[in-house]
Amino acid sequence: MSAVVLGYVPNALGDAAAKAAVDEAHRRGASLVVVNTTRADRLVDPAYADDDDMSRLQETLQGTGVDFTVHHGTSRDTAAEDVLDAAERNSAELIVIGLRHRTPVGKLIMGSTAQSILLGARCNVLAVKA
Amino acid sequence: MDNFLALLEGFSVAMQPMYLLYALGGVLVGTAVGVLPGIGPAMTVALLMPITYSLDPTAAIIVFAGIYYGGMYGGSTTSILLNTPGESASIVTALEGNKMAKAGRGAAALATAAIGSFIAGTVATVLLSFVAPFVAEFAVQIGPTEYVALMIVAFLTVGALLGASVLRGLASLALGLFIALIGVDALTAQQRYTFGNPFLADGIDVVLVAVALFAVGEALYVASRLRHGPVKVIPVAGRWTSWMRKEDWKRSWKPWLRGTFIGFPVGTIPAGGADVATFLSYASERKLAKGERKKQFGKGAIEGVAGPESANNAAAAGVLVPLLTLGIPTTATAAMMLVAFQRYNIQPGPLLFEVEGALVWALIASLYVGNLMLLVLNLPLVGIWVKILQIPRPYLYSGILVFAAMGAFSVNFTPVDVFVLLVVGVLGFFMRRYGYPIAPMVVGLILGPIFEDQLRRSLAISQGDPVALVSTPIAATIYVILIVIFVLSFWLKKRQQAMESEVVEEAPLAVADRKEG
Repeated sequence: MSAVVLGYVPNALGDAAAKAAVDEAHRRGASLVVVNTTRADRLVDPAYADDDDMSRLQETLQGTGVDFTVHHGTSRDTAAEDVLDAAERNSAELIVIGLRHRTPVGKLIMGSTAQSILLGARCNVLAVKA
Repeated sequence: MDNFLALLEGFSVAMQPMYLLYALGGVLVGTAVGVLPGIGPAMTVALLMPITYSLDPTAAIIVFAGIYYGGMYGGSTTSILLNTPGESASIVTALEGNKMAKAGRGAAALATAAIGSFIAGTVATVLLSFVAPFVAEFAVQIGPTEYVALMIVAFLTVGALLGASVLRGLASLALGLFIALIGVDALTAQQRYTFGNPFLADGIDVVLVAVALFAVGEALYVASRLRHGPVKVIPVAGRWTSWMRKEDWKRSWKPWLRGTFIGFPVGTIPAGGADVATFLSYASERKLAKGERKKQFGKGAIEGVAGPESANNAAAAGVLVPLLTLGIPTTATAAMMLVAFQRYNIQPGPLLFEVEGALVWALIASLYVGNLMLLVLNLPLVGIWVKILQIPRPYLYSGILVFAAMGAFSVNFTPVDVFVLLVVGVLGFFMRRYGYPIAPMVVGLILGPIFEDQLRRSLAISQGDPVALVSTPIAATIYVILIVIFVLSFWLKKRQQAMESEVVEEAPLAVADRKEG
């Protein structure tokens, strides 16, 4: 069975991406792989979903009837690498991510997860705008 | 009255736009480092010291004072919103503050902490303005013998009380005294411990050792130990103007004042600085609370935030009393400020108020100004302080190391200094790793040469008779006071430890690694 990979973040943008990913998975008859990891190299990581966020997401996903797996936790790699890895492993046909505006300086200093995924992916990437 | 005029004079200096900007910069940086766990005011002052050479002494001291006060404010934010104290003096704040935040009262906790800090800081600065000249008046009367007595007080209190273990503190102090000996002897021009190396003939610069220990050693230590996963920030609701309800004011004002009057005296004695004061304040608030409010302790009592937060700021001002009047640092940050004084050829000690009166009063005036700035800045800017916590740690550490190396190079513009920095930095890492406090080492290094000079001078006067060291009435009094301080401090420490273990049993707490503030 083919797969759709969702790069999830715990905010409105992430939820919009989740919704789009569910639609795509339905349309393609694919399973959904949810990825949310952190390198734990900072005290506060707003992109990392805590257990409450994750269980909330899982509840929503269960309601949609899509077959899904979750990859969540601390990782040595960056979030972008983890999403790309998951896509590779599951030979995904689509990656779904949220895309937000970034300042050039912010991107220079902190890097852009979305950009790395867009450029590094071997399959199509659906960038969702909230 | 003279002092009041001198203070006004100080204000006229501190209110100059340029110095106001320096104070603003200082409090901003101070709050930022106070917010970040693992980076404290002592490290920041050490890092900034080489950069501030180009400033005039007043500007540099104002910046450092801003960092010092700002650090005390910043720590409370992380304590309350993340349950991860940014610095050791905010550990107690996390106990009640985080519970309040979890109950949706985070805004009130932040507000009471900031307003309490402001009130305590201001009242304590007033106290400082009145007490310090009085102590200084006494201090000018002392001669070499009394000076020796004072130095011994400083060494023993800092060495024995600034760490968990007396023996390790004294070992660290001895190491500092030894490094102070390296170089050419001031009286006889003999080379000591230089191994014929011309680089060592000048001695090892205090700034170098301070930067190495506080910046390189600490950064390495924190990088190797502090591995907190992501923590959820508890969101703060509402506009900051509506944060304190009428009831909160009513419950807060007494703890604010009590915290102030607990913190200031504790700060003036070398009992380990602000964290002891916060524990004392928390304990007394809990004891004084009655009925319904008593039950709230451990579940988010506003008194438990208001008291300790005022106490730590009052203690921060208290620490300045022995520093400015006697040249005795009682905390790591105070030690760094002493280094800064020396850098500008300002001899810290009894004569400071006489010789550098204008500077000291400008410093005190800038404390009033800084306090006001911190109050205004802190409440509306909480969001920004929390954002700082998103900076990946590797960025911070590499930044600190680069800054430290640059600073070391700029001391004399020789690569040898950078090498010394790295060697001492690695030493500092292992000292921290094995529980040796580093502040006594820096204090030993700063006061060592003064101590030696005064000791030899008083022995020369008495023609080698050591009894002369204790026979003058003032010296004898100082030694008696030393004993009293020791007894008092050990008692305070005991109380604190008892409190700490009791509190930790009640509520397991994610205490960030303790560091010397």
